[in-house]
Amino acid sequence: MRESVIMKIHYGTALASVALVAVHILFRLTQGFAESLQYESVIANYEFLPYAGMLEIILILLSIHGFNGLRVILLELKQGPTFEKSVSYGCIAAMALIILYGSRTIFMTSMGMV
Amino acid sequence: MTSEGLQISKEESGIIVSPTKTITLRIFRYNPKINNESKFDEFKIPYQRWTTVLDAILEVKKHLDHSIAVRYSCRQASCGSCGMKINGRPALACFTKISELNSDVITIEPMNNFPIIRDLAVGFERMFSTHKKIKPYIINEESEINPGTKEFLQTPEDVEKYIQFSSCIKCGLCNSACPTMATDSSFVGPQALAQAYRYVADNRDKGKDDRLKIIDDSHGIFRCHFAGSCSQVCPKGVDPAMGIQLLRGYLLGFRD
Amino acid sequence: MAKVDENKEGIKGMVNPTRYGIERFAYLLMRLTGLGLLAYFVAHIYETSNILRGKVGWQEFLAITQTPEGHIILAIVIGMSVFHTVNGIRVMLGHGGIGVGKPARPDYPYAPQSQNARHKIAIYSSIVLAALAMMYGLAVMFGE
Repeated sequence: MRESVIMKIHYGTALASVALVAVHILFRLTQGFAESLQYESVIANYEFLPYAGMLEIILILLSIHGFNGLRVILLELKQGPTFEKSVSYGCIAAMALIILYGSRTIFMTSMGMV
Repeated sequence: MTSEGLQISKEESGIIVSPTKTITLRIFRYNPKINNESKFDEFKIPYQRWTTVLDAILEVKKHLDHSIAVRYSCRQASCGSCGMKINGRPALACFTKISELNSDVITIEPMNNFPIIRDLAVGFERMFSTHKKIKPYIINEESEINPGTKEFLQTPEDVEKYIQFSSCIKCGLCNSACPTMATDSSFVGPQALAQAYRYVADNRDKGKDDRLKIIDDSHGIFRCHFAGSCSQVCPKGVDPAMGIQLLRGYLLGFRD
Repeated sequence: MAKVDENKEGIKGMVNPTRYGIERFAYLLMRLTGLGLLAYFVAHIYETSNILRGKVGWQEFLAITQTPEGHIILAIVIGMSVFHTVNGIRVMLGHGGIGVGKPARPDYPYAPQSQNARHKIAIYSSIVLAALAMMYGLAVMFGE
């Protein structure tokens, strides 16, 4: 993939996640910070499917943005074909792992499997 | 001339001669042909209000240690030969006055991000090769020199779009100040990127797509993070950071 | 033969913000906040997975994070997010060539147009907004 395409994705994920994370934080503030973290409240949030869907989208957006940012920093720190390939594939793997791990939490909780 | 004669000539000319002060120069010394150790040599030299760092180094070479390696030529910020790190910041030695540094000790080192040949002299091979890589010339099949083809006319507004970037003297200060170049040996660098914009912005040129393809790789234009250090050290007002962002605008779809 | 190779400044040079003004400082802060936020994001994914352990597991997790230390860490995360967002928007616009000035014949003393007052104001604003958001966050977390 060309670097300009990757960076367009980087900027796009940044802008989209700013909007969605703002909603995520508003949920904490409108319900009262401590109350919103109570078990029942958190479960209710997860079971509200639009919110769970939003969490999933935030998870994907931030994983892409964060691990691409890490890839950029690492590519600038050290060069060499083996290192650069390892960094690129390593970041994709880490991104996939985080998405899978986070999706498991969202899916199981929102489906009432807790 | 007798001392009386000198006094008279000074009075008649009306020139006020500044009192001479003394400065300590700490000059980086390194000769890979002898050993791999580097050190700083200190020299105390007199200076005037108008003495430049290059004047001071040449004074040291003339009277105290002729073995210091330094590259210089025009002494007027036109040739781009005497780039070095002066008190930690890349600058042209001929364009930096000692009196403006406000320091009793001046540390002079070779520019970073360039291989050291000896002492203050660095190798420019990599910078010139990245400069060549971006095709720093007008690409146009219709050539002015071919008979029967038209003359390329440009309005003053057309010229204004790139003239700033054509002031580059290839001194390498921007590459030396760049934070990405501090660690990335493959980065194309602000000098070459600003020159890519210089030709892309020229309405006689038809090589935009070629150049954009060259700089759109993993160590290309997107490794610039707009820290702007390149523009802050440029001695000719080229403002490479501006050129790079305008160039990136084409890749991001902000410009046609 | 490191010196002969390239005489690179290395990470020390990259992270030294003292020589080139506020823009270089913003560059460093952008990197550090990015790394910090990525670390928090990974930790947050892990910590919220405690919900799968049921009510007891969730309460145990809250007992660890809902402490003064936890609140301070969260306030730092809030500050990092606000700086990274506001400065990120500035950098993103700059990357598109917006607000970086218009090319013109340079005049001595060659003040670079791309490092203009708008960018400096945006950087200072992002720092101030981050500080305000941190204070608000602390007030919310410690106020309850």
